[in-house]
Amino acid sequence: MNGEAHITGPEAPSPITADLVLSVNGERYPITVDTRETLLDTLRERLGLTGAKKGCDHGQCGACTVLLDGRRVKSCLTLTVTLDGRRVVSVEGLADGDGLHPLQAAFIEHDAFQCGYCTPGQLCSAVGMLAEAAAGWPSAVTPETDAGVDLDEEEIRERMSGNLCRCGAYVNIVAAIGEVAR
Amino acid sequence: MRPFSYLRAQDAPSAVATATGRPETMYLAGGTNLVDLMRLGVAVPDVLVDVSGIASGTVEETGDGTLLVGAGVRNSDLAADPLVRRRQPLLSQAVLAGASGQIRNMATVGGNLMQRTRCPYFQDVTKPCNKRLPGTGCPARTGENRNLAILGHSDSCVATHPSDMAVALAALGAIVHVEGADGPRTVPMPGLHRLPGDEPERDTVLGQGELITAVEVPPLPFAGRSRYRKVRDRASFAFAVVSVAVALDVADGIVRDCRIAFGGVAHAPWRAETAEAVLRGATATETEFARAAEAELAAARPLPGNAFKIPLVRNVLVRTLADLAEAS
Ligand SMILES: Cc1cc2nc3c(=O)[nH]c(=O)nc-3n(C[C@H](O)[C@H](O)[C@H](O)COP(=O)(O)OP(=O)(O)OC[C@H]3O[C@@H](n4cnc5c(N)ncnc54)[C@H](O)[C@@H]3O)c2cc1C
Ligand code: SF4
Ligand code: FES
Ligand code: FES
Repeated sequence: MNGEAHITGPEAPSPITADLVLSVNGERYPITVDTRETLLDTLRERLGLTGAKKGCDHGQCGACTVLLDGRRVKSCLTLTVTLDGRRVVSVEGLADGDGLHPLQAAFIEHDAFQCGYCTPGQLCSAVGMLAEAAAGWPSAVTPETDAGVDLDEEEIRERMSGNLCRCGAYVNIVAAIGEVAR
Repeated sequence: MRPFSYLRAQDAPSAVATATGRPETMYLAGGTNLVDLMRLGVAVPDVLVDVSGIASGTVEETGDGTLLVGAGVRNSDLAADPLVRRRQPLLSQAVLAGASGQIRNMATVGGNLMQRTRCPYFQDVTKPCNKRLPGTGCPARTGENRNLAILGHSDSCVATHPSDMAVALAALGAIVHVEGADGPRTVPMPGLHRLPGDEPERDTVLGQGELITAVEVPPLPFAGRSRYRKVRDRASFAFAVVSVAVALDVADGIVRDCRIAFGGVAHAPWRAETAEAVLRGATATETEFARAAEAELAAARPLPGNAFKIPLVRNVLVRTLADLAEAS
């Protein structure tokens, strides 16, 4: 306190690195990473893929959602060093050339965003979610007796609850996903 | 974050050999809790041993109807497993009530059991906390304790265990398979997690370097009629304020058997054995359900901010028992 300003503590310890091959949107990237680096930082800072967003960096908002071997995950809690040989798809990989992914088209059609910050995460999450429902995975609101999954509004809201939208565009997000689900 | 080396374990014995005797070596599974705690400075390992690839990522049925769930099984795969959904719906429901789709795709069964408390002081390295730094005190006793324990707490710690899945496993009497330096052993639930006593830094009975390899779910014929009900501050994607896991066997209006566990009330999933004993042989009426709940909660000692949890868990238990009785 009181004007004391001496520097204490050890020097910043030197990083530990590892080599791996990461596949992102179909491209192979041989990279050397700091073991502390998350997939989110690798995508944004190293590969220049800034679609995935850093909202909270604690797994709580979903803005960083990408697909890992086809499953939706939070890239802010995924250490890149764990991903040797794994396949990542980020929002940049959803479109087919100039042809938008049906979910991207539906988001535009339904005006499913305002600032757009959560949108890449919403899109990747929705792609993963539709595959989960198609595989018959239940959610917390799926009736026990149900054989298949009927993606009504309640199901979509529950299954997308890991993606927050600070602009509150939920009504239109649910409508956009619902259109593609049918 | 402190720099760390990363090793990928080939099998359980080699993972254990690497970690045993080295307290700063930690197992990494899905990373959904550990990576966050490392970022917060709460966990500062110098080596991470990745156990997520160890060949135990399956749910298998053994001859007598027991399910053997590998520690590496992802939460989403466990919840979607057809056998689990049919035989132990409360386990599937408990997993689905936790976290979000993305986190369940990453989180493993072993990591879910070993996740740390969400007590706000534990997660904030600028605050004292007996669990994080033994002997520094427990600011939660007089501070922010709305979400903390009402049962089994001590002067040194009033934290709750955050896992939903563990509450269902405690009700089911699951058996945790553990590999240690001296070979394998088993730990029956709810005995994996400890009450804080004067050693709040120890969440579980596992020793340093011990690795969970599988969870065995013994057959419970009446668990086909079971339910996990969770109360939280928003409709989805929030930790439990309180929760109940219940399996009920009713015939001719009489309770033949039952299993009850509470979440969000203690340092460990709380198996409600007193309530179970009151209910066995009792009539399946709301009066008896309330009597059982009150017998269990007679031991509750609320903190300044969470007395509401006592009527809440009571009412949730009574409602859940009544719903299950009605359905039988
Ligand atoms: C935003 C958010 C919301 C959440 N909401 C909920 C919720 O509502 N309900 C709920 O139950 N959970 C919730 N969780 C917690 C989540 O379920 C856990 O983080 C997850 O289950 C941990 O599993 P993991 O495989 O990712 O573990 P990791 O993070 O990899 O590891 C967690 C701990 O377990 C140890 N460990 C891992 N595997 C083993 C093993 N085989 N043997 C011994 N030790 C091991 C690690 O060393 C570490 O200490 C939430 C998490 C987040 C980020
Ligand atoms: S309740 Fe436990 S975890 Fe929370 S501050 Fe007190 S000692 Fe720490
Ligand atoms: S940035 Fe990953 S969940 Fe918020
Ligand atoms: S559109 Fe702004 S956060 Fe969702």
